[in-house]
Amino acid sequence: MARNRKILRRFSWVVMASLLLTGCSTQIPVLQPQGPVAQQEFGLIEWSFFLMLIVAIVVFILFGVFIYRYRNTPNNKAPYEPDMEGSRKLEFIWTLIPVVIVLLIAVPTVRTTYALQAPPSTAKTDPLVINVTSAAWKWVFQYPKSGLETVNYLVIPANEPVQFNLTSVGPMNTFWIPSLGGMEFNMPNVTLGLWLQADHPGIYLGRSANFSGVGFEHMSFTVKALSIPQFNTWVSAVKKTAPALSSAENNQILYTHGLSPKLTFSSYPSTTATGTAGMSGM
Amino acid sequence: MLPRYFYNFSTFMSMFPHNYLIYGADVSIVGATALIIFVLTYFKKWKWLWDNWITTVDHKRIGIMYILAAFAMFFRGGTDGLLMRTQLALPNLHFLSAQHYDEIFTTHGTIMILFMAMPMLIGLINVAVPLQIGARDVAFPYLNAISFWTFFFGAMLFNISFVFGGSPDAGWTSYAPLSELQFDPGPGENYYLLGLQLAGIGTIATGVNFLVTILKMRAPGMTLMKMPQFTWATLITSIIIIFAFPVLTVALALLTIDRLAGAHFFTIAAGGMPMMWVNLFWIWGHPEVYIVILPAFGILSDVISTFSGKKIFGYTAMVVSLAAIAALSFTVWVHHFFTMGAGAAVNSFFGVSTMLIAIPTGVKIFNWLFTMYRGRIRFTTPMLWALAFIPTFVVGGMTGVMLAVAPADYQYHNSYFLVSHFHYVLIGGTVFGAFAGIYYWWPKMFGHKLNERLGRWHVGTFVLFFNMTFFPMYIVGLMGMTRRMYTYPSGLGWTALNLIETIGAFGQGASMMIMAVNIVRSIKFGERDVTGDIWDGRTLEWSTTSPAAEYNFSVLPQVTSVDEWWEEKKRGVVRPDHATFKPIHMPNNSGWPFLIGLSFFIAGFGLVFNWWLSAIVGALGIITFLFLRSFDYNTDHYIPVDEVKRVEAAAGR
Repeated sequence: MARNRKILRRFSWVVMASLLLTGCSTQIPVLQPQGPVAQQEFGLIEWSFFLMLIVAIVVFILFGVFIYRYRNTPNNKAPYEPDMEGSRKLEFIWTLIPVVIVLLIAVPTVRTTYALQAPPSTAKTDPLVINVTSAAWKWVFQYPKSGLETVNYLVIPANEPVQFNLTSVGPMNTFWIPSLGGMEFNMPNVTLGLWLQADHPGIYLGRSANFSGVGFEHMSFTVKALSIPQFNTWVSAVKKTAPALSSAENNQILYTHGLSPKLTFSSYPSTTATGTAGMSGM
Repeated sequence: MLPRYFYNFSTFMSMFPHNYLIYGADVSIVGATALIIFVLTYFKKWKWLWDNWITTVDHKRIGIMYILAAFAMFFRGGTDGLLMRTQLALPNLHFLSAQHYDEIFTTHGTIMILFMAMPMLIGLINVAVPLQIGARDVAFPYLNAISFWTFFFGAMLFNISFVFGGSPDAGWTSYAPLSELQFDPGPGENYYLLGLQLAGIGTIATGVNFLVTILKMRAPGMTLMKMPQFTWATLITSIIIIFAFPVLTVALALLTIDRLAGAHFFTIAAGGMPMMWVNLFWIWGHPEVYIVILPAFGILSDVISTFSGKKIFGYTAMVVSLAAIAALSFTVWVHHFFTMGAGAAVNSFFGVSTMLIAIPTGVKIFNWLFTMYRGRIRFTTPMLWALAFIPTFVVGGMTGVMLAVAPADYQYHNSYFLVSHFHYVLIGGTVFGAFAGIYYWWPKMFGHKLNERLGRWHVGTFVLFFNMTFFPMYIVGLMGMTRRMYTYPSGLGWTALNLIETIGAFGQGASMMIMAVNIVRSIKFGERDVTGDIWDGRTLEWSTTSPAAEYNFSVLPQVTSVDEWWEEKKRGVVRPDHATFKPIHMPNNSGWPFLIGLSFFIAGFGLVFNWWLSAIVGALGIITFLFLRSFDYNTDHYIPVDEVKRVEAAAGR
């Protein structure tokens, strides 16, 4: 059973891949998960795609056969029953089959929804927490444990679940790193959590997926996953070499509308980001 | 301080002047208006326009005006789409600036849903439903005219935004706090709020009107379960409208109060809740997409049954599934924002409730397929649209189920995968269905057919280029491209697919030109419908003349079965005896709806710019005209028997 399912899944993957143009196959991050969260989501994508494909194939075949066989030509010998009103039996069948398919999709959906909400089983009791604030139009990443802050780029340790706390000081955005997993909203006055993990060191692309104004397109950021020793080295290097972030600079980053290059700070002011919403720098 | 790191975004944008496009549009608007005024004056058509169209309360004429307006909006929204596709054809283009692009995707979405899809379907409902139920007009003909003129002036108010002050730029979803004054100070967003509010008045009235019409005005003998499928779809759509649209009214009103009077319903500061806008918007927004799909389902049921020469398969199941979809449509709105942290239980509920919609929809698809089973399929243009609908809608529907898988949606949300999905269901469903209806009822509206050969070219090219435009979007979505990006970098593998999409979009534009040529050409050359039943139809609209007389039916039909006209033809048609004619009671034309709509427009335009004088003048106009109307006792007349005899005789009956 499990083996069959695996074969079927592989089949659906082949179909999906064959739909794609050649040469692009290395650049479909959603279909090439680089971490356990993206992996679980990809599993559901494959499974639901495969089941839907079966339905589509059945419909397409019936569709093709019927319009050919029952076309209105003088010599068509196929039966013609203009007063046929329906069939309880057939209608029961095609009510029941979608019910079964919905169940087959709903059960893993609910299970994964709950699984992804909870901290992963591999999470440390004291996981790396990163506070992610979207401003117009930049990403601010604060590392509370080490007290450092980066703008428009993110560095994380590989092979370790990282907890992101998402909020916004302006319009809503979403925090999306498709290689590592799905997105979650950054909303003002609210903090939402998201767990992500990179399986390997590497560089991934992140982006906001929710329109937030004229600079929205530029709300992308790079995610560098480093091995744990390299990550620790990076943290101490930042603490030593990067400047501290003053309160005035902090306000400018958060409340002045504009773009920003990548920035690095060894510390950030202790005021909370969302408490000063009135300070729009319009 | 960090000034060296920042550069002013507006200077950045001003490097790419975009005003020549706006100027071009301004010139063309002024030119077109001048041309229309000239033609009307030169041919002395002002009185004709006023007497026959502007003051009309005839559901058929109101329906035609809705459809005309919808076509105009289709070309406006389509042009927006082509501008967007031009901008995205290649990476890093600067054909449009970010601001201009943002305005255009906002107007594209808003216009296509609210000022194209809805009026196109409401137009077809107006044309066909009273005829299908054997009625002489709708229940409230005067209100019907109010509906049209509030919609029309709402659409105009929305459309003049790019001429005066700039268009809305926060997306058709207009999420707060982006749409609040703090982040969006110009008048554009006010146009959105007031234009939609004004059109929404008309839509709610339409919902009430058709609910009452269908419940109270059916021909004798037509029980609910003997109504044509399109009438059923309209009845259920009316119920959705009545429940869903007031939510939009409230949401728009609250955001308007925020923006005009400084309240804080959805702001970040002072305890506002931006997410409440999202909830209200989608509590209306999800039923809204069923408001535009169910009438299309109804058209398809009638078209497939007619051109398969066969009764609809599983009539009861079709009705029950319409009702089930309508009920479920109110229980799924959170699936538009699974990623807003509602929690596992909420996401599970809304994910599964969304999947449940696949069940009644699947029943409908299979019942359509089996309506063709053991039928005799005539591949007319309306039928070709219906046939194009089935596979296209299945692709849209299956990706819809995929989107309902909440954890997977974390990867699809706001990506081009989603953009592709809703174009597959809205174009593959609503637009294909509406086109099926347009080609199907065209002879009933105008007395002649559209050309079948050009029609086939229209279907074929449109379906081809539609898939070329939207199928690649599924893939770029999985590649990480998100909606509403005004440009994109190279090197991500998106370029080739985007270029294909752009070529497809222009192909669709060309395909629509075939339809335009067809419409113009058919005025002169189209096959005349002399019998009133050019398709060998099944339902009552085909029993009367094409176009139907003002009073629709000289004698109200007696109904005994679902496919009443089909059965009558089998028994041998008996035309009503002229001796049985009685004077027919009909409503009078009225100019008040137009004037009330105009007053709303003046008031709305004033509110957009906080010009209180204009707002007050408009409001006084509304009150005055409502007051005058309530003392207008000359509201109806009888068509004398001789007149009915003359009209029927002229039609050869």
